Amino acid sequence: MAYSDKVIDHYENPRNVGSFTKDEEGVATGMVGAPACGDVMKLQIKVGADGVIEDAKFKTYGCGSAIASSSLVTEWVKGKTLEEAAGIRNTQIAEELALPPVKIHCSILAEDAIKAAVADYRKKYGEGDADPARKAAD
Amino acid sequence: MNPEFSRNHFELLGLPVAFAIDPAALDDAYRELQGRVHPDRFAAAGEAERRVAMQWATRANEAYRTLRNPVDRARYLLGLRGFDTGEESNTAMPPDFLMQQMEWRESVEEARSSRDPAALEALRREIDASRAEMHARLARALGGERNYDAGCSLVRKLRFLDKIEAEIDEVLETMAGSAG
Repeated sequence: MAYSDKVIDHYENPRNVGSFTKDEEGVATGMVGAPACGDVMKLQIKVGADGVIEDAKFKTYGCGSAIASSSLVTEWVKGKTLEEAAGIRNTQIAEELALPPVKIHCSILAEDAIKAAVADYRKKYGEGDADPARKAAD
Repeated sequence: MNPEFSRNHFELLGLPVAFAIDPAALDDAYRELQGRVHPDRFAAAGEAERRVAMQWATRANEAYRTLRNPVDRARYLLGLRGFDTGEESNTAMPPDFLMQQMEWRESVEEARSSRDPAALEALRREIDASRAEMHARLARALGGERNYDAGCSLVRKLRFLDKIEAEIDEVLETMAGSAG
């Protein structure tokens, strides 16, 4: 199967690979897996006191499309609020990377990963803006 | 002979509709059925009868293949109970399980780069032990407990194990191929 240039670019030069230390302030983690293909994706966000995502990192075991999808999402979420990040749709990812139908599930995995990270953040620090919630979590 | 295509795989082979299965009984049932419907037996029969026999043989093969494999059998049984295992759509696996998958995949990568087949064999034994335990839990979930949600979750997990074992085999083959 032919990968699009964008997939190859993200696959060969993945952005934001790695992880934050677990106890770092404002860090939340989303982990998801796709049983049908065995892909595993870990996506972390680091949220500033203003509730905006400052940085993101990922680690993905899977095919080129899965790696590209998560790499792209870590780029996209930077500078976004939690609300905006949770609003990213797999169709946008699939369109940007020109994923063929058989690889759509990779973009779904990336959407689920960012949603899981946002949910983890809210569980840790509470809903809405980070600032008052942070104080509550201290 | 009237092919009752509505019969499920278990019924077709004359076995109880249950996850717990006696592999020898399954083999016997399949051989017996295959003997009755084998297309060779209908070589002298009319066109229509031969076609029906062929359909039967195909059905018998499919039933046998599905029931022989524990994960396929579990998925099929869950389907009969109206449960979808969600292998294509359900990405919310338990975090500790996913963490374990990450660690296993990291181990495969390490063993690949350090060319360490012994490490891969050890990892495979660990995965096999995990699989055996999941099969036992699957038997309980689909048996006495009738916990079909847990059954679906176990099928999803077992898919991951199949995938990583296939990867280990690939790496081992590559190592064996480039060793000599």
